[in-house]
This record gives sequence, C-alpha cells and structure tokens, in this order.
Amino acid sequence: MTTTEAPSRRAAKPRTIAGKSALWVDERFRVAGPLRKQLNKVFPDHWSFMMGEIALYSFIILILTGTYLSFFFDASMGDVIYNGSYTPLKGVEMSRAYASTLNISFDVRGGLVIRQIHHWAALMFVAAMLVHMLRIFFTGAFRKPREVNWLIGLTLLVLGVIEGFVGYSLPDDLLSGTGFRIADSIILSIPVIGTWTAFLVFGGPFPGSLIIGRLYIVHVLLIPGILAALIGAHLAIMVRQKHTDFPGPGKTEHTVVGHRLFPKFAAQATGFFFIVFGMLAALGGLAQINPVWLFGPYNPAQVSSGSQPDWYMGLLDGSTRLFPSWEIRLWGHTVPPLFWPTVVLPGILIGLAAAYPFLEARLTKDRARHNLLQRPRDVPVRTSLGAMACTFCAVLFLSGGNDLIAKAFDISLNAMTWGGRIATLVLPPLAYVITYRLCLGLQRHDREVLEHGVETGIIKRLPTGEFIEVHQPLGPVDDHGHGVLSYAGAAVPKRMNRLGKGRLAHLRGFFYPVKEKPEIAEKLAALEEAEHADAEPGTERQVELSD
Amino acid sequence: MSGGQSNTPTEEELRAMSTEQAMIAGADADDVHVVHRRARFPVPGTKAEKRAERTVAGLFVLAALAGVAFIVAFIVVPYKYKTPSHSQNFRFYTPILGGLLGIMLAALGIGAILWAKWLMPEEELVQERHDEVQPGEPEEQIMTGATLLSGVNDTGLPRRSLLVRTLGLAGGAVATVPLVALVGALLKKPGKILFHTLYRPDSKYPNGIPIVYSDGRRVSPNDIEAGGLATVFPGVPGGVKDASSPTLLIRLRPGQGTLVKARKGQSSWGWEDYLAFSKICTHAGCPASLYEQQTTRLLCPCHQSQFEVLKDAKPVFGPATRSLPKLKLAVEVVDGVQYFVAPQDFQEPIGPGFWERG
Repeated sequence: MTTTEAPSRRAAKPRTIAGKSALWVDERFRVAGPLRKQLNKVFPDHWSFMMGEIALYSFIILILTGTYLSFFFDASMGDVIYNGSYTPLKGVEMSRAYASTLNISFDVRGGLVIRQIHHWAALMFVAAMLVHMLRIFFTGAFRKPREVNWLIGLTLLVLGVIEGFVGYSLPDDLLSGTGFRIADSIILSIPVIGTWTAFLVFGGPFPGSLIIGRLYIVHVLLIPGILAALIGAHLAIMVRQKHTDFPGPGKTEHTVVGHRLFPKFAAQATGFFFIVFGMLAALGGLAQINPVWLFGPYNPAQVSSGSQPDWYMGLLDGSTRLFPSWEIRLWGHTVPPLFWPTVVLPGILIGLAAAYPFLEARLTKDRARHNLLQRPRDVPVRTSLGAMACTFCAVLFLSGGNDLIAKAFDISLNAMTWGGRIATLVLPPLAYVITYRLCLGLQRHDREVLEHGVETGIIKRLPTGEFIEVHQPLGPVDDHGHGVLSYAGAAVPKRMNRLGKGRLAHLRGFFYPVKEKPEIAEKLAALEEAEHADAEPGTERQVELSD
Repeated sequence: MSGGQSNTPTEEELRAMSTEQAMIAGADADDVHVVHRRARFPVPGTKAEKRAERTVAGLFVLAALAGVAFIVAFIVVPYKYKTPSHSQNFRFYTPILGGLLGIMLAALGIGAILWAKWLMPEEELVQERHDEVQPGEPEEQIMTGATLLSGVNDTGLPRRSLLVRTLGLAGGAVATVPLVALVGALLKKPGKILFHTLYRPDSKYPNGIPIVYSDGRRVSPNDIEAGGLATVFPGVPGGVKDASSPTLLIRLRPGQGTLVKARKGQSSWGWEDYLAFSKICTHAGCPASLYEQQTTRLLCPCHQSQFEVLKDAKPVFGPATRSLPKLKLAVEVVDGVQYFVAPQDFQEPIGPGFWERG
C-alpha cells in the first residue's frame, strides 16, 4: 500500500465547492455511511460475468431506441394508401402501422438506423440472457441462496422472447403477419379454451382490426414495465447476496475478491455499456435487418417461402415442423397437432428449467449455501444434462431453418424433417454420454497433473536405458515423488508457462509481459517487498491449493 | 485487518490522515480490505505513462470527432429514396450514421476501459460476505418472528375464523371483479364464425358467389393455362381481404383429371380440369402457396406440410393432419363469357384445427 501524497490535516469545515456540496447533501439525507458501503462494493472479475451486463445494457438501449420509435409509429390497422418516398409501394393499400414503419425507414432522417439498432438490440437482449443463463447453469450459480434469482432470470428470458415476438410483429408486414397467423393458430389449438382465447386476443376472427393496437401497449408499457421491475429485483438481490466467483487462489466461500465499484468497476462498466451500444449501432447501420419494405404489407393470401422468424423463435418453429401429424379427435372435439410442439413443449422446457435448482438440491441433498462456483467438469451429471438440453434445443433450432439448409446443401426437405425427428430423440442421450465421459476425462487429467506434475517436454534417459519424461511437480511431493496437493475446484495449471499464474495476477502487458526499465523495476520490487511485509500472516492472499 | 466498527479510527485520527488513508479506513469499516494497491506507474511522468494517457485521450478525441461527423452526415448526406434510375447515394445514409455512431460510442467505451485499466491504480480488494450466521442473528430472527406473530395475534385472525372466511370472500371478490370486467370486455363469442367463409350463399348471387382475382376481375376458365393455378377470392365486399377466403384454383394438365381420387362425395365438385381448394393450410394457417406441377403437390412454406392435389389435397407429408377443404365449382355465362362461381360454401371449417371443430 503506497501513500503517494503527504498526510494533510483536514479542516473541520470543508472549503472546496465539492466538499461543501457533499456536506449539504449529507446534512439533509444522511447518506455518507450507506453510500460509502456501495462505493466500496467489490466485484469479482471474470469474462463470463459480462453476459448479464450485455443483457442489461441491451435493455437500456431498447428503451432508448424504442422511445424514439414510438414518436413516429402509428399502431393502427386502419387502411391507408401509401404516399411516402419509397416509390415501389406508392399507391398500395396498407395498414397505418406498416405505412408508419415505412415512414420511419424512408422519411424520418436516421429513422432506419434507430429501427435497426432497436431490432439488433432485441436479438442481443435475448441472446445475452440465454448465454448468461447457460453460464449460471453450468457453473452452479443457481444453488442456494440464489434460487429466486434463477426464477426471476428465467421469467425475464421468457418475457424477453414474448416481447421480441410482439415487437417484430408490430410493423404489420407480410412476414410478421404470417407470424401472427401462426400465433392465432397456436392459441386456437389449446383444448377447451383455445377458440375463446383467440377471439379474446384478436377481438374476433383473425386478423380483425384491433391486434396491432393491443399488442402495441403490451409491447411499450406492459411487458417493459414488468421487465424493468424484474430486472430491478434481479439486481437488488444480486447486490444483497453478492457475486459468486470461481474458486482459485485467495477465493473463499466467505469473501469476494476483485475491484470495487468506485472508480474502477464503474469506469469499466460504463465503458462496456458504450462498447455494447457502439457495436449495436454499427450493426444497426451496417447490417440490414428486417427490411419490411421488401416483404410488402400483410395479406392473408400471400407468404414468401424461406421466411424465417427472429432467431429465438427458431426453436418453436423447428418443433412445429418436426412434430408428426398426430391429431386427437374425441367426442366431437379436436386437439390439433400444433398444440403439442408450441404449447406443451415450451411449457415442459420452462417448467424443467424452473424446477431444476430445487430438483438438484433435493436429489443431491445439498442444503448448504454456495458462493463459489463449480467447474462444469466437476459436476458431470449436471453438465451432461445441460448438454443434453442444449442439443435438443439446437436440433429444434436448426430444424426451424430446415428448408434453407435443404436448399443450401441440396438435400431433400423430407429427409431434413425425418433427420430432425430422429435427431431430437437420438442426439440428446448421445450428448449426455459424450459429455459425461469428457467431464470424467478432464477430472482425471486434473488429478494426474496434481499427482505427477506438469509435462516439461524434457526426455531423460536413465542409466538403465529407460526413457522418462521429466514432470514438474506443482507443489511439495511425498516420498514416492507424488504431489501432495489435492484438487480444490480451481483450474490446475497444465503447461509450464501457466505455472505461478496465481501470483502473477498483476502481470503487465496484454500478450507478453512488459519488461520494465531498471529504475522502475527497482521501485516495483521495493513496493512488492513493502506489501509482503505489510500483509499479515493468514490473510486471504495466501495461495491455498490444498485443503 | 479485521475491520468492524470497533476499529474505526476516531474523528481526530481521520482528520490527520491523508485522503488515501482515510479511504482505506472507510473500506475497512465496511469490511472491505485493500490487500493490494499501487499506482499503475509508480514512477510518475515516464514515457509509458504519457503514452497511455495520450492513447486514452486520443480515443476520447476520436469519439468527439465521430460525433461531429455524425451531425454533419445527418444533415448533408441525402437520405430520400430514389428509384434505381437516379443517384443511389441515399443508400449510404444509414451505414454512415450507424458506423459513425458506432465509432463514437465504442471509442468512448474503449477509452473509459483503458483509462480504468491503464491509469487507475492497481487494486485487489477482499470483501467479507457475512454469509454465515452472524452473531446476534438468531436473536434478530426470534424477535422479528415474535413481532410478526404478535401482530397477527393482535388482529385476532387465528381465532376469529368468521373474519378470516369473510375477508377471504371479500378479497376474492375484489380480485375477481377487475378480472371479470377486463376479460368480459374482451370476450367475443366465436359462435359459428370459424365454420363459414364469405362463399356462404347469398340471395344477391343466385348462381353462386362470383370467383374473382385479387383485383376484382372475374375468373374465366380460359384464363388459366393447363398445369397452372391462381389465387382467387369470393367476389363479395371484403372478400379479397378476408383471411379465411383465399382459394387456390388449379387447372390440371390434360389427362390428370382422370387420376383424381376425390374425397367421398366430392368427386363432382371440380369443373372439367379445374379444382379449387382453400389456400389456408390446415396446420397453422399459412397460405399453402407453393405448387409443384410435376408432383402435383402443394407445399406450405411455413412448416412444410405437403398436400397431394390428385388426392383432393390430402396431406402426404409434414405436420398437417387434414385435407385442404375443397370448394365446389360451377360456371355461369354472362354476355357469352363463362365465369366461375361457388354455388356453396366450404363444407368444413377452413384453416387450422380448434377444439370445437369436431
């Protein structure tokens, strides 16, 4: 700990403007204590912790760009003859919603770039939430005490998907109208209440004249409001429970190690927000998305082949394509085949995800609180279950575009459908077995390295003529030359240049360590020494690989 | 470094401390321990430090310049759509704006992160979670539990079951009334709407509902070549826009007519080589609009259901379970020209299945 400035005696009354304003605020709100606690909050550092941040920032960007769009969008299904500057559609009869979307794209300066940023941000929002959720799942971050945040996160993901679907349906173009038609059919397929529900949602038979206006308020007020509230709760719980962290040198169940909020984490998080915004802005400008003017206004008699929904609907699209033509007809009633892949299947998937933390705790009888994460290899059953679920969803996702795949690779479409049907049943168990073996293999390798050391690549010939490879033990060895360190859930260094990583946390340089000039190196060494002298024995900085 | 309130220095001590010392004392008071802290550039004013500072400042300048360029481009670059015979410069408008916006935001963001990484002091802090049961916590739990329990006891609810029940009734009513009001307002009775289309016979058209193209022209048998098809609609007000009425009029190739295996009782519904089916897929309601002449199959591009036209549009592949409903065709002669009419409505609900469909 260095002190670069000389101790200066603080006056009883602040004289600077900043000091005076701070005192003014504190005399009224008494926040000095709680505020400092938050400024000093420690955030651990790992790249995988940024996924949730990306989702949060995407949400903020969605609110900003969405507010802009709402100034120009007219959520009405009333007919209008288009008379804007996009000449190919001039004189075409269309809904006001579609006409105002064209207006945003062609007649509002910069409207198109904001529209496209909004769309890209929506894709990013759902994608970041999903990857964040996978990170939480595979590292066991959902375990006690964080089950509630897992449920909130799952709700956010589901709401995000619904919000996205509603959002890209609003322009009332041919593509989204077809999506609406399918949504109507899905609601119709629900037994007993389906027809009534569909008529309730659409205000009569499809498409009616109300749905865009209704979904607009759902899209701009209802769901964003719920999302904002749940994100607030999600973050508040996270702050209250503090972050999880990977095991490693200096990490314990009872501490958080990292940077504090002010100033470093705040600067980095703000910087990261702008980078996410910048990437989405560049995408919005450079990568065209949802060119509704090419699709034309919605017309129930038309559809374009090869039409694809936004990526997060791909799973449902695929399950709908693969599900066999099984219809139940009983006592004068019908349960259409659409019901199973679009209502029952997502219900099961969401239900399993929601129940997972509780199922795992019950089956493993694990009632302890966990703040340290697990490496996926150390929990092979969970990791393999996750791989199984991912494989299942990936097959469905790819099947959502099976017509495009069939076209690109000149495969029979029917073969793609049958391939998808078989793959949904065969690949997930296969993924389970393979992942399980991989986990065990990685575990064994970790233990092998701990026992025998790191391969050095040096081959030695013994006097007997035997060749052996020299291993560098990671720590002290017993009489037989076997390492005595046991596995502690942290990454085990497996290459020579990884050795001592724990102590080189502050290595300078991005790709190569920076060689400091002699006078600077001298000063650094002095600081290092001072720090070591400073540190009391038994502090968390001690590297403890053994337990 | 055990922290805690007891170790907090006195006001006098704090006043005597440097800013950094007082900051560390504050962190300790919050059970946040600074285990490592030193300046990024322990020797101030080195070339490396200046280079780092200049790089960060350069990124901020880049952000500012990109912002200025954005404003200029926003005003100067043409943005109005022009047909291909004119200058296509407007096509650069959106990429330029997005690119500049991206540069501005990303440069600011990268600058901020490098600032934090390169110029702010290296730090490693350890914060106590206080996750285990704290001293005094069981006492807190007991006292809070007692407060809650006593409050509930004070209301008398545990022994006044009449109140509990009536309150439940009132609460149920308060919760249900808005639900009923909302759902009741939104409800629409489906009735038989899904069982009819606009081909329903109308006394205004004694020979049957005229069949028209999307532009309202009547459809004549001579319009369509052998092996061709057309999307047609009921020629009544609103018929072209109605979601349930789009119809496929297919003209088979010569000789194919004899191969048709019609559904029971529907063999006479075609007219010569012409057959008409609902265009709305019986699976999810998309228009089944791809027709393969060679295999006489109709394909729905949404979920790839395939219908065999020669088997009266029976589903032969994919998730659809029901044939596309067939429309009975007839012809009326007006001013010596033959026109198609539909003498009766579809005899079953068109489109996707639903519970009451039977």
